[in-house]
Amino acid sequence: MTVSLENSKMVYQGIKDAGVDFVTALAETWLVYLLQMADDDPNMTLIEVAKEEEAIGIASGAHFAGRPNILLMQNHGFMGSINGIVSLAKLYSIPLCMLIAYRGHMGEPYFWHTQGGRVTEPLLQALSIPYDIASDPQKVGKQIQQTLTYSQSLLGPVALLLSRDLMED
Amino acid sequence: MLRSKCIEAIYPELEDKLVVTIMGSAAQELYDLGHRNNFFYLQHAMGLASSIGLGLALSLPDDHVVVFDGDGSVLMNLGTLATLARYRPANMTHIIFDNGSLLSTGGFDSHTTSGITDIAKIAEGAGVPSVAFTRTPMEFVSAVADAFESDTFSVIVAKVEAIGPDHFGMDLKLPENAFNFERYIREHKRKANGN
Repeated sequence: MTVSLENSKMVYQGIKDAGVDFVTALAETWLVYLLQMADDDPNMTLIEVAKEEEAIGIASGAHFAGRPNILLMQNHGFMGSINGIVSLAKLYSIPLCMLIAYRGHMGEPYFWHTQGGRVTEPLLQALSIPYDIASDPQKVGKQIQQTLTYSQSLLGPVALLLSRDLMED
Repeated sequence: MLRSKCIEAIYPELEDKLVVTIMGSAAQELYDLGHRNNFFYLQHAMGLASSIGLGLALSLPDDHVVVFDGDGSVLMNLGTLATLARYRPANMTHIIFDNGSLLSTGGFDSHTTSGITDIAKIAEGAGVPSVAFTRTPMEFVSAVADAFESDTFSVIVAKVEAIGPDHFGMDLKLPENAFNFERYIREHKRKANGN
C-alpha cells in the first residue's frame, strides 16, 4: 500500500479552491505529497512545526491577521494539541480548519496506530468538535470548503478526517 | 530588575505594534498600564504566545509583533524556539521574562532558577539570529530598542525578580479581547491601504 499521489492532488486542489494560502503542518506519511505540493507552490505559505500544538497558535495568529488557513496533522498530533484547541481556539472563539490524517482505523496494518485510531472520533465528540470523514476524492474538495466555512461561522475548531480510502492507493 | 518596570519602560513604544502576552503577572502589568486593542492577552494555553506571534508576523510583514513570554511558558514549548529560528520573522521581537519561578501558580522554582537552564543559550542553539541576555533596565531597554529598529528576528531574555502585581483582574472578557484584536488589525490594514 502506498500513499495516493492522485488523491493528494485532489486534496491540495481543494485547499487552493477554498482560497487558502497559509498552511501549518507537521510531516506525516499520508501527508507527504501534500507538504511537497505546498512547499513547491510559490503562492502558498507553509509553516512546518516541531509539534502540532504550535500550529494551533500559528493558525490563531494567521486568523487574527485576517488570513484563512488550514492545519495539516496526523490524528496523534491532534491528540497532542488538545490543550491548545481547548484553551486557545475554543476559549477565544478562533476558527480552526483541521485536516487530520486518520491513522489507525479499519484496515490499519500497524499496531502503533491502533490505539490512536480508536479514540480519535470519541475525542472529537467529547470536545464537541464537528467533524466529517473524507473518503471520496471527488468530494474532498467540497468537504474542505465546507470545513473551512463552518469553522469560520462557528468560530471554533472543525475537523475533516482524511481516511485510508482517500489517502492510500 | 522588575518585569513591571521593564514593561513600563517600553510601553510607549508598543502603541503601534501588535502585542501578544502570556497570562498572569505579565498580562496584568501590561493591562494596568492601559489596555489597547492591539494587545492580546493569552490567559491560558501556556507556551503558545510565540506561536501566535509567528502566525501574525508572517501574515503582516509591515507590522511589528512583540511577544511577552515567560520562562515557565517557554519551557512548555521549547520546540517553538526552533520553529521561530527556522522562519525567523524579521518583524518580530520575542521578549522572555525569566523570573525563575512559576509565580502565578504558587511560586515554585522553574528549571531556570540559579542559572541551571539558560534560555538565552537554548535560543542561540535553536538558531535564533539575534539573542540578548539582559540583567538591568538599561540593558533591557537598549536591547528592545535595537530589536525594534532591526530587521532581524530577536529573542531578548530579561532576568527579572519573581515579583508580581498585588491584584489580578481585567474588565475584558477573553473572546471580547480576541474580537477586538482581530478588528483592530482589520481596521489598521484598511487605513494602511488608504481605504
